[in-house]
Amino acid sequence: MLLAIDTSAGTSVAIVDGGRVLARCDSDDPRRHAEVIGELIAACLDEARIAVTSLDGVVAGMGPGPFTGLRVGIAAARAFAVGAGLPIIPAVSHEAIAFEALEARDRPVIVATDARRQEVYWSAYSGLDDRGLPTRRHAPSLTKVAELEHLVSGFDGYELVQTRTVSAAALGLVAELQRASGRAPAANEPLYLRSPDVTLSAGPKRVTG
Amino acid sequence: MSAVVLGIETSCDETGIGIVRGTRLLANVIASSMEEHARYGGVVPEVAARAHLEALTPALSQALAEAGVTLGEIDAIAVTSGPGLAGALMVGVAAAKALSLALGKPLYAVNHLVGHVGVDILSAGEAALEYPTIALLVSGGHTSLLLVRDLISDVELLGETIDDAAGEAFDKVARLLGLPYPGGPEIDRAAEGGDPNAIRFPRGLSLPKDMAQHRYDFSFSGLKTAVARWVERERDEGAEVPIADVAASFREAVVDVLLTKAIAACEERGIPRLLLGGGVVANRRMREVADARCQAAGIQLRIPPLSLCTDNGAMIAALGAQLLLAGHPASGLDFGADSTLPVTRIQA
Ligand SMILES: [Zn+2]
Repeated sequence: MLLAIDTSAGTSVAIVDGGRVLARCDSDDPRRHAEVIGELIAACLDEARIAVTSLDGVVAGMGPGPFTGLRVGIAAARAFAVGAGLPIIPAVSHEAIAFEALEARDRPVIVATDARRQEVYWSAYSGLDDRGLPTRRHAPSLTKVAELEHLVSGFDGYELVQTRTVSAAALGLVAELQRASGRAPAANEPLYLRSPDVTLSAGPKRVTG
Repeated sequence: MSAVVLGIETSCDETGIGIVRGTRLLANVIASSMEEHARYGGVVPEVAARAHLEALTPALSQALAEAGVTLGEIDAIAVTSGPGLAGALMVGVAAAKALSLALGKPLYAVNHLVGHVGVDILSAGEAALEYPTIALLVSGGHTSLLLVRDLISDVELLGETIDDAAGEAFDKVARLLGLPYPGGPEIDRAAEGGDPNAIRFPRGLSLPKDMAQHRYDFSFSGLKTAVARWVERERDEGAEVPIADVAASFREAVVDVLLTKAIAACEERGIPRLLLGGGVVANRRMREVADARCQAAGIQLRIPPLSLCTDNGAMIAALGAQLLLAGHPASGLDFGADSTLPVTRIQA
């Protein structure tokens, strides 16, 4: 049984077990991650009527996603895992979107989410493999909103799936399948895909003319 | 047996995890991202927030090991909810909420500045700090003068900086003099052998016209500009800048204005006690002048050990432990990071 947390878009928490979603609690607000994260975790544990001790691991959505919000979920997942003595299972947030999208259609997909500043995070998945896991064609990357359409046209037969939400329930299901298949989890590092916004100053400016 | 409280502090560039048992310090682990900011000449919020996320769980494990306590022995969690850098605070807030839920233990969201005051209890031994007290808290992130009538129920802000924090002024003047970041220790070193009275730099908000409105407030941006002007003029005239004199005179101006206002607060409020906190306390001249002036004025001076003066998790744990001891209810789960949390809100 896994607790899954994703804050790459809104704040999403779920508990999954053996391919079933036992609880899901979401907030779509893209700015209040730190405020709602605790209540959503508590509500999920309540809804699933399980004790912390029945969990086997904590899934953390590693993004890509806007940094400040993204970190809230990763920090919470890591701290919860330490507190409960559970392994942390990092997962790529876009795989949750791809998983849901590919279950609903027969075409490969390009997943795109808001990266703010006129940019989007995108990745490409060709379909589900025999275990039901999304097969990645292109790793999460960053591009200008204006260039997205052109980029999609370069992937023959792919459908563009743009979403404002990422489901921790889907992320948890993907993580379960990955675990069962013996595949290594994603790297335990946030997918920022952008350097911190700083410019090196050229030294102090003159104050006298 | 006193309660064991784990404190999490991520308001600026130090990831601090502290563990206390009542008023006894068990562990104080600090992971600083200062070196990563050095190339930028100041704290970059996004760089700090990224570093907090990486340092948090390793620091947590290290603190537990140092304290020799298991997670099961933790009675409560405390976390800084403000003031500070919003993105940095959120990392600690999120981690604290999740940890509290995983352990099933109460969570206290506390004020960073009041934490700087509460930390005194960890080094006080028998002679606990008496209240009311005046507290001067000076770092790269804040410069505040507080009147603390009661640590957990009555704190008043007397004044604060209206522009740069004192620590920021040290960083900026260090850069001006071609010295590396962080500026505090560099200025201290450069000032050695310099004459603190060589140049009379301005003391911000000390003129009679300013005192009416800003009696206990500070301003350092004018001082920084004055130093820049002075140095530029020397350089323009082809003179060699007397670094030691400039550093010593600048430092004197900062220390003078900080302590003049702090001691004035003690005298005007009739409170013969002054507590210092924050990273600028590491400055040797600051401690010397504080010692001399407090002695002259008959004021009892308290300076916690340096490792407890700079930002740390132990101070947050200590304050949380006092709230718990006094029977204050835990904070709910719905508080956020508040970058401008007022000192009157001791617990969020
Ligand atoms: Zn501080």
